[in-house]
Amino acid sequence: MTDPVLTLRDASLAFGPRTLWSGLDLDVQPGEFIAVLGSNGSGKSSLLKVILGQQRLSGGSVSFLGAPGRRGDRRIGYVPQQKLADDGTPLRARDLVALGLSGHRWGVPLPSAARRREVDALLAAVGATEYANVGVGTLSGGEQQRVRIGQALAGEPRLLLCDEPLLSLDLTHQRAVSELIDRQRRERDFGVLFVTHDINPILDMVDRVLYLAGGGFRIGTPEEVLRSEVLSELYGSRVDVIRTHGRVIVVGTPDGAHGHPDDQLAHHDAHDHGTHGHGTAPGLLGGLP
Amino acid sequence: MNGDIWSEVFDFANYGELVVLLRNSIIAGAVLGVVGGLIGVFVMSRDMAFAVHGISELSFAGAAAGLLFGIGVVEGSIIGSLIASLIIGLLGSRARDRNSIIAVLMPFGLGLGILCLSLYPGRSANKFGLLTGQIVAVDDPRLNSLIAISIVVVLGLLLVWRPLTFASADSDVASARGVPVRALSIVFMLLLGLAVAVSVQIVGSLLVLSILVTPAAAALRLSSSPVVVPLLSTLFAVLSLVGGIMLALGASVPISPYVTTISFAIYLVCRLVSWRRTRRGLSGRVPLTTRTVMQ
Repeated sequence: MTDPVLTLRDASLAFGPRTLWSGLDLDVQPGEFIAVLGSNGSGKSSLLKVILGQQRLSGGSVSFLGAPGRRGDRRIGYVPQQKLADDGTPLRARDLVALGLSGHRWGVPLPSAARRREVDALLAAVGATEYANVGVGTLSGGEQQRVRIGQALAGEPRLLLCDEPLLSLDLTHQRAVSELIDRQRRERDFGVLFVTHDINPILDMVDRVLYLAGGGFRIGTPEEVLRSEVLSELYGSRVDVIRTHGRVIVVGTPDGAHGHPDDQLAHHDAHDHGTHGHGTAPGLLGGLP
Repeated sequence: MNGDIWSEVFDFANYGELVVLLRNSIIAGAVLGVVGGLIGVFVMSRDMAFAVHGISELSFAGAAAGLLFGIGVVEGSIIGSLIASLIIGLLGSRARDRNSIIAVLMPFGLGLGILCLSLYPGRSANKFGLLTGQIVAVDDPRLNSLIAISIVVVLGLLLVWRPLTFASADSDVASARGVPVRALSIVFMLLLGLAVAVSVQIVGSLLVLSILVTPAAAALRLSSSPVVVPLLSTLFAVLSLVGGIMLALGASVPISPYVTTISFAIYLVCRLVSWRRTRRGLSGRVPLTTRTVMQ
């Protein structure tokens, strides 16, 4: 077995008296695709912030490629919730990808044939060549996410962190973006932590599931974790997992407490209800009533 | 009657001699155009137009206080700008907080400025100049200080250009990639404060937006290239300022109406061009078919 890219040992995170999760042991292998599930406020996004070095653990340790996690490690790619600058930003798809390569350097970017080739290759890898020279403000949501994945792939990441990257995309684009991530992690052999409230678009791609709820967690294959008795025990109340037509529906989860950093997500959900609720409502995981 | 008004607004008698006399103003306009055009791009991408307006009101208050207490108008306006931009930068990292902080600061600054001006015993021509712009006259020391501050702003911007672009477009990812987003935001606010302070001296605090926002907004209508937009924006700002000063030379009206009118006209033309482009379906996309043929 190869060395894991990411290791969490006995990790816990608490905000004041509220413990989001504790005793978390997790190894992410190169090329492994792990979905992070759980209700709003269960600390999914905070887990990513911990790995990015933007949030300190309350206890335990996190190490990336054998060294303690640090802020701004460029071997970690990050694809956040879809929300990009509007018309006010003078950036084309290719410029956004180029920022992934050299956006942290000081000064004014000078033209470079080598960088241009690299950007072209990344754009081609994510299927964005067609709109390489289009302003990011005029790209559709699905196109923006493709370009962002291209940006995250710059610099050969060993780990890709995705925070609800499918939010407010329609079903076709959800599928396309998920397949893109799945293909790239196999080709480039990087680990993926994919935070989502709906596992269905990625159900047949993920290797394991990390389910956070009620201050605890479960890790395992989707078949091991997404079961009525497992989730009922985790939530401490009766939860039903229904499998139908290759989809998983979780019914009866008490919705997460509000007033928490992850609440952004709840906000987003309400906001995007028109387009979003439509496509995914039958498969909602995390139990909106 | 009509003729009188026109001769006050446009008077080109002895134009050649005036141009020589007002060489300083024209240089000042060109330098300011470069500053406004460049920083305006970031004002747009960071959605800070309202912040520019807020800072300029406090810059006005500072200038008025500088006049009253004999510190000097330039020094006062710089101090006012920097205080305002620091407050906005430190307290308003989220857009909603920022807007309310600006809305609270702005009338306070304006009121303070009016108080200082009414207490000031000197000539009243100076007073309105701070709000609505000077009647063209920039002496040598003033030109030198303007050029020095402008150099600081432009060099500062060039130094942080790329990480600031990243942070402005997508602060979450930039921060994950090791860009010091928070520090950059403070640096940007300080540079913006300096840019506002120099602009206030030429066009007046009420009209600063016409240099720091309108040219960049116009350029964004024509392009989304990170190279073309700053160049166009700078060109538009220089055109507005130098053009405005040249037109205002013979008139007894401040330069600001000329500057704002040219800058507004440029914006209208850019909107028209972009509207026609959209109607003709020029989006910059390369259809897949032609691409396969090319390969």
